[in-house]
Amino acid sequence: MSILAQEMSDSNRILTIALFMVMVLVTIGITIQGGRTTRTATDFHSGGRGFSAAQNGFAVAGDYVSAASFLGIAGTIALYGYDGFLYSIGFLVAWIVALLLVAESLRNSGRFTVADALSYRMKQRPVRTAASIATLSISIFYLLAQMVGTGALVTLLLGIKEGETFLGMDAGAAKVVGIVVTGLLMVAYVAFGGMKGTTWVQIFQACVKIGLAFVLAILVLAEYNFNLSALLGDAAQASGQGAAFLEPGLRYGTEVAGDSLQTLWNKLDLISLGLALVLGTAGLPHVLIRFYTTPDGKTARKSVNWAIGLIGMFYLLTLVLGFGAAAMVGKEAIIAENPAGNSAAPQLSQVIGENIAGSTGGAIMLALIASAAFAAILSVVAGLIIACSSSLAHDLYNGVFKQGKASGHQEVVFAKFAAVGVGAIAVVIAVFAQDLNVAFLVALAFAVAASANLPTLLFSLFWKRFNTAGAVAGIYGGLISAIGLVIFSPTFSSTPTSLLGEGVDIAWFPLSNPGLVSIPFGLICAVVGTLMSKESNPSRFASMQVRALTGAGAERASTH
Amino acid sequence: MTTTPDADGAPPEVSEADIAAMHDDPRFIELKRTLFRFTVPVLLAALAWYFVYVLMSAYARDFMGIVLFGNINLGLVLGLSQFLVTFWITWGYNRFTARHFDKQSADLRDDIMNGGK
Repeated sequence: MSILAQEMSDSNRILTIALFMVMVLVTIGITIQGGRTTRTATDFHSGGRGFSAAQNGFAVAGDYVSAASFLGIAGTIALYGYDGFLYSIGFLVAWIVALLLVAESLRNSGRFTVADALSYRMKQRPVRTAASIATLSISIFYLLAQMVGTGALVTLLLGIKEGETFLGMDAGAAKVVGIVVTGLLMVAYVAFGGMKGTTWVQIFQACVKIGLAFVLAILVLAEYNFNLSALLGDAAQASGQGAAFLEPGLRYGTEVAGDSLQTLWNKLDLISLGLALVLGTAGLPHVLIRFYTTPDGKTARKSVNWAIGLIGMFYLLTLVLGFGAAAMVGKEAIIAENPAGNSAAPQLSQVIGENIAGSTGGAIMLALIASAAFAAILSVVAGLIIACSSSLAHDLYNGVFKQGKASGHQEVVFAKFAAVGVGAIAVVIAVFAQDLNVAFLVALAFAVAASANLPTLLFSLFWKRFNTAGAVAGIYGGLISAIGLVIFSPTFSSTPTSLLGEGVDIAWFPLSNPGLVSIPFGLICAVVGTLMSKESNPSRFASMQVRALTGAGAERASTH
Repeated sequence: MTTTPDADGAPPEVSEADIAAMHDDPRFIELKRTLFRFTVPVLLAALAWYFVYVLMSAYARDFMGIVLFGNINLGLVLGLSQFLVTFWITWGYNRFTARHFDKQSADLRDDIMNGGK
């Protein structure tokens, strides 16, 4: 039984599209308003540094809670129960690292990009180049994962099945249209609105997606008189797995009977994923550069309080949505719609709406949750595009090629063209890659962030002896080991779900998640690189640490 | 403040040497010690608790499946405890900085920016 496909009439689709158009108009309006007061490089890259803790906290939540979180985690919980929850926990606990070590220090010691803080006491060109390559790799992996997912989501949310057409589009054409529209919007937000426009768009979209997830979760709980235990009992029963559905082991670290070696690899893979999730967040460039939009380090730190509150609440809701979908939609109906489970939350919203107000209620709830999912996609990809364009313009164009001599105006013009360029490349790749299984790119982005960025960022802030050779070795070591290990993992070849399929087998590395090896490797590279070079700059370290902890000499907010 | 920032919000004129000099000031050393005494143990404890949870999800599944009441098992309660710990640390760090860090750090900044003690 496929609820979405059977009951999705054209009028329902039009309602979904109408809500989507309202959101597009609102966000374009916000973008134009934000662009009007964008004049300088500080305005473009860092939104004028005038955002309050609450504003930046909402924007961080908008930047961070992706469609993969919104639909993916709910779907994984709906299909595999407890194991989907592991993602929610890793994504949240990771914020403690950002709160305690990174947010305030980074805001105080950098200017526009992660490379600013990393290269502060190093030789500019090699460190900026390395940091920029890491930023671009992480952001583009994450961007491609979102963009490819977008195509499938559009057909899913509009309920276009293979062989059907809507407004003359079949499922394939609708996917391409979805990817292109998303690409145009994300580039427009960034190129016309800069960081100011993007920030306000993300604040708006964070309210939309978290607010609607909250409403849906309350409605689900209301069906069970707010008795979580009863909801879990129903979900376990409907899953056909019984109590095992509420215990770890159905999805990650699965035990293969009679194959203790594979069981060991599966369990290590789970630990590897857990490691990358918890250490990756504080190294994600698109999240880190948001701290520069606040007036000072204290505000940056307080914005993390807001972000943790919002993100934590959201991930608690995923638990209710996932188990709610398992109980009220059912595994067969979800898999019939989308084997990965991404349709669980939209299907749940339709069931809930129908319980309240018949088929009209179902259509309205479905359209609302679909627009929340679109909001999640758009706010995250816009954040990724601005991270790429800032790094290309500020680090590579101005920092490396012009050696810091380009004017702010030149840098902004370059950044706008860079946004268009990265957006165009991402759209083209996403269109051609849409039938590939690229879900691994999110985990890879976190693994690279945890292996290449976090160790070097922390050493740069807290280790006096750390130097250029260490930073360069740490960044490239973490980056290359994370990507290399994934290429030789089952993610890439040797299984039916691999990127290259079953026919190719170059998978000598048994774990799908490289973090367990690449994070220590990146760390060791940074240490060895440092000790092998005689370079040391104690006075620059002293000034960086004083800046980081006191905010002395830190970049101020724009005054206009 | 001795200077006003230009329209691009550039940092005010203060020499690297003035900033670096503060590094050896006893008040800065004390500030750093106070901060790290809070953040380092708290961070290590939080990460340890997280990894205990991940390891138990991998290797102590019967234990995680112990039902406490209704359909609520130990795995779920320990998972929810990760949320509570995160919220609790956030609250605690906010309180710590308000009491022991923000004012002290701002005083040192003002000293550096005013070029004297």
